[in-house]
Amino acid sequence: MNGLIEVEQLQTFYVLEYLGKKKTIKAVNDVTLSIPENVIYGIAGESGCGKTTLLKALFASIEPPLQLFGGKVSYLIKNNFIDALSLNGKEKRELRWSYISYIPQGSMSVFNPVKKLKVTYLDFLESHVRGKAGRELLSLARQHLEQLGLSPQVLDAFPHQLSGGMRQRIAIALSALLKPQVILADEPTTALDVVAQRAVLQLMRDIQQEIKNTIVLVTHDMGIHANITTCMAIMYAGKIVEVGPTQEIFSNPLHPYTKFLIHSLPRIGDKMPKKSVPGAPPSLLNPPSGCPFHPRCPEISDFCQDKVPDLNNSTQNHKVACWLRRESCDCNS
Amino acid sequence: MTAILKARNLTKIYSLGGLFSRTKITAVDRVSFSVQPAEIFTLAGESGCGKTTARMILGFEYPTAGELLYENQNLVELRDKKAWFKKVQAVFQNPFETFNPLRKVEDYFFETIQNFRLDKSMKKAEELIEEKLQAVGLSLCDIAGKYPGELSGGQLQRASIARSLLTNPSLLIADEPVSMVDASLRMSVVNLFRKMSDSFRVSVIYITHDLATAYYISDRIAIMFRGNIVEIGPVDQVLENPKHPYTKLLIESIPQPDPQIPEKVPIKILEEKEEYLRKGCKFSGRCPEVQNICKQQIPEDISLNGTVVKCHLYQK
Repeated sequence: MNGLIEVEQLQTFYVLEYLGKKKTIKAVNDVTLSIPENVIYGIAGESGCGKTTLLKALFASIEPPLQLFGGKVSYLIKNNFIDALSLNGKEKRELRWSYISYIPQGSMSVFNPVKKLKVTYLDFLESHVRGKAGRELLSLARQHLEQLGLSPQVLDAFPHQLSGGMRQRIAIALSALLKPQVILADEPTTALDVVAQRAVLQLMRDIQQEIKNTIVLVTHDMGIHANITTCMAIMYAGKIVEVGPTQEIFSNPLHPYTKFLIHSLPRIGDKMPKKSVPGAPPSLLNPPSGCPFHPRCPEISDFCQDKVPDLNNSTQNHKVACWLRRESCDCNS
Repeated sequence: MTAILKARNLTKIYSLGGLFSRTKITAVDRVSFSVQPAEIFTLAGESGCGKTTARMILGFEYPTAGELLYENQNLVELRDKKAWFKKVQAVFQNPFETFNPLRKVEDYFFETIQNFRLDKSMKKAEELIEEKLQAVGLSLCDIAGKYPGELSGGQLQRASIARSLLTNPSLLIADEPVSMVDASLRMSVVNLFRKMSDSFRVSVIYITHDLATAYYISDRIAIMFRGNIVEIGPVDQVLENPKHPYTKLLIESIPQPDPQIPEKVPIKILEEKEEYLRKGCKFSGRCPEVQNICKQQIPEDISLNGTVVKCHLYQK
């Protein structure tokens, strides 16, 4: 193990009970992942493939109806691995914001609409920094914003006075306030136009370069992954189907789904007709047997329907879960 | 060819603030454009301006000044809203919000037919629905008895388009129709708009900030910034050879799916309100090529072989 966060065979399912019938939604199904230090790590995939659930598990926040069915999430803290999912509430609270912080989806609306932004900032500081007076804390917040190139005057504004892009950047700055080693960001740029999006990405890159921490960035936009991540994982139907350095994934995508994701994007200056992936995304309630992508895959072979492929090395860091990419075919055994 | 829809000096002013400190925001500022039959026309730019224009075309909101002409008929004076909605239909951003989660998708189809008295018998209505669903690559069996949650985002958005086609509209307003659709299904929806304008001769006003899909499907594009159209022209010319500094900024900011492209230079962003209230060119606060005149005088529209640019740089 050499990562900052290690995920081993994690299975977390949503369990819903309605009129005596039990339904399990297999949102994260047997995921093994190693997130290294000092990188921006991307997780790509479409809506409903389990990206957000995986982030919740990484944040050790597994609450009903989400249940843990097996596996482990470990954090590296001072050269020791700690089993994050077995921590109690108090221990988790101590790690939050100082070791790991989380930017949830739609975080531009997290601020209290009837309070000035500084009240929210002070709330966070007071509950996580001990033994400092309000004024000291406030100047800490101002300094922090200034370092990130944001105007400290925004602390005196109400949320509705700022644009969505600005609020999003203030929320991201808030997550980096105590210089955590890990920041989990869930779709931080959706609902923003391209220029505001660029400013948000720029801010995240600045934060990463300043604190030298790890940012886990979840988004469905492959363009963003290409722009700021160094390593990435592609998720499909609750499983990781491909992991590797971003450069390699874009120059040599191995999984048929990854190929579709990259090649179906239109570009300016290219009017070639593009096609989307045939079929529809699978339901996690009843995922397809074998490889979850097989009903939509153009290169389907015999055993794709029966056996689940596991992540296999293609090169040292680049791994793919696909039967077609096995060099020595030991599938019959 | 005569234009199907014409906007002439269209203006919409919203006032913000309380009783004592009111500020007026010109969300749409003297905008003129026209849409030709069977054309895909893109309105691109930041959030705000495009949607307000769409709301005015749909008649949800009245323009403060200027006029909207549909086949030379002024929309503000239009009394018969129903006849208008028969010709103009809309497709909205989030298909899961367009449809009520507790109602079956097919109900919307039958309701539209009933509202516009399109067909009297059930059998004929079903035939009509089947025809339109076939056009978007679905069939009535796919949606019969199903609730919105049982369909994928792409299917639902295609169903939404099929519903809008029921009345045989001549103009379709698509407000960010693919931004909430999964990346793997996005192109199936985008390709549909092309097909509709080619085979049904429907004009589409495509409102988006995704310039890559705009380039892919549209014929002409208008780039809007803080209420003004800053550049308008054929899509190839505007996006391959942008003239206005704001268009250049937009195109440069698209995250390209290619990790080889070097890091971009940092940019500055100003608050909306500050820019709406700015004198002279509204982009002058963060324009890399700003001159003295930009801060004092509002630039005029300048025609440059096919495109129209609102920028002092091109003044002779």
